[in-house]
Amino acid sequence: MARERKLRVMVAKPGLDGHDRGARIIARAYRDAGFEVVYTGLHQTPEEIVEAAIQEDVDMIGLSSLAGAHNYLFPRTVELLREKGADDIAVCGGGIIPEEDIPALKKTGIKEIFTPGASLEEIVKWVRENVKPR
Amino acid sequence: MNENCPGSMAEKVIAGDVRSVARLIRDIDDGMPEVREILKALYPHTGKAYVIGITGAPGVGKSTLVDQMVGHLRKNDQTVGVLAVDPTSPFSGGAILGDRVRMQRHSMDEGVFIRSLATRGHFGGLTQSTRSSIDVLDAMGKDYILVETVGVGQDEVDVVRSAHTTVIVVIPGMGDDIQAIKAGILEVGDIFVINKADREGTDKTLSDLRLMIDMDQRKYAEGKWKPPILKAQAVFDKGVGTLLEEIEKHRHYLADAGGGLQVRRKTDKVRQELAEMVKNRLIEEVVHQLTETGEFDKAVEAIVEGKVDPYTACDNLVLPRLGS
Repeated sequence: MARERKLRVMVAKPGLDGHDRGARIIARAYRDAGFEVVYTGLHQTPEEIVEAAIQEDVDMIGLSSLAGAHNYLFPRTVELLREKGADDIAVCGGGIIPEEDIPALKKTGIKEIFTPGASLEEIVKWVRENVKPR
Repeated sequence: MNENCPGSMAEKVIAGDVRSVARLIRDIDDGMPEVREILKALYPHTGKAYVIGITGAPGVGKSTLVDQMVGHLRKNDQTVGVLAVDPTSPFSGGAILGDRVRMQRHSMDEGVFIRSLATRGHFGGLTQSTRSSIDVLDAMGKDYILVETVGVGQDEVDVVRSAHTTVIVVIPGMGDDIQAIKAGILEVGDIFVINKADREGTDKTLSDLRLMIDMDQRKYAEGKWKPPILKAQAVFDKGVGTLLEEIEKHRHYLADAGGGLQVRRKTDKVRQELAEMVKNRLIEEVVHQLTETGEFDKAVEAIVEGKVDPYTACDNLVLPRLGS
C-alpha cells in the first residue's frame, strides 16, 4: 500500500456540444502528469457530473465547453456541489470562453478558466499548484 | 460526531452515505492505515452482496456489457455497485479511467454506485484494495457488485477470482485472445460471453471455446458446473438477459453446492485471501519503515557507489526486522 494521496481529477463535457478532442487531450496531459483522470464522455448534465464526481471522490472537476452555454453550466455545477456539501471539490473550466465572461464565472466559484492558447504545461502546472489531494 | 472516529465512519457507510463510501474507497486505495479499524467494523455487515467479476481483453465491450447488466438488475429493483478497474501508466503513474463513459446513464440513480479504480501497481495491492472496496459496497447494502477488470496479469485474475460468478468476455476473430485465455483465465470462467456476435467468426470462436471447455471433461463431470458460452451484442442489449439468467443459475448451483453467498468465506478462499493480506501488510510495514528511516535510499546509494552488493544490502534491511 502506498500511504500516499494521489490526485484524482474528473474531465467532463457538460451540455450539448459534441466535440471532445480538447477534453481528451487535457485528460491525456493530466495522466502524463501522474494524475488519475476520470473521463465521463459527452453530453453530461451538471447533475450527472456532480454525482459522478462525488462517487469518484475527485479533487477537481475540469469542465470543457465549446458551445456557449458555459455561463449556465459552469456556475450550476458549483452550485450543485455546494448543495451536496461537496464544495471542497474544485471546479475549473476551459474551452471557448469569451474574456468578458471570465470575471463573472470566477465570482460564482470557478477557480480558473483556460482559453485557447493556454498550453498544456501551463494548465498542468496550475492544477499542481492549486489543487491538492483532499 | 467525530469525522475521524472509525465507528462513525462505519455507521455512515452502513447507512449508505455516498460521500463516506467514496471517501473510504479513496482511503483504501491510497493505503491510509486508519482504514483498517473501519474495515474491521464493517466486516460483520458484509457477505450479503452477490459479486460478479467481468473480465476480458481491452475493447471487447466489458463496460457496455456492465452498463446493460446494471440496467437489467435495476429493472428488478436490485441495487448495484460497480468497480471498474483500468490500468495505471507505468511511466507517469497516472491513469485515464474511462469506463464511466458507457455507464453514465446510471449516475443519477441512487440505487447504483460506480467507482473507477486504477491498478496503480503497488505491491499486489490491487487485489487487496479491490477486495476491501467490494466489502465497502457490500456493507453499504448493494445487492449486486460488478467488478470489471482487463483480463491480463495475475492481479486482475485474482480480483475476479474473489467473485461468486466470473464472466469472461471475448469477441469473434481474436485468435490470440483465445490463446491468452487458454494460458491463464479459462479455468476461472464460470460463464463465457462472445460479444459483438454479429461479427464474422462468431461460430468459429464458439466452437474453439466449446472445444477447450470440453477438454476439461473431468473437471466438469458429475453435476459440476459446466460454463455456458453465450452470444451477445451488448450495445443493442442482446443476450444480456440470458447472461443474467445464467448468472442466477450459477448462483443456485453454488447455493446447492453448499457455498451460496458464503462462497467467499470458504476455507480455501479465506486461506488464500488471508495469506495475501499478511504478505501485503508485511511488505507495507517494512517498506514504510525503510522509507521513513531513510535506510532504503541509503542502501540504494551504497549499491550505486559499489560499496555493497544488493544481496547483502537486502539482508541488512530485512533480517533485523525478522528478529533473526
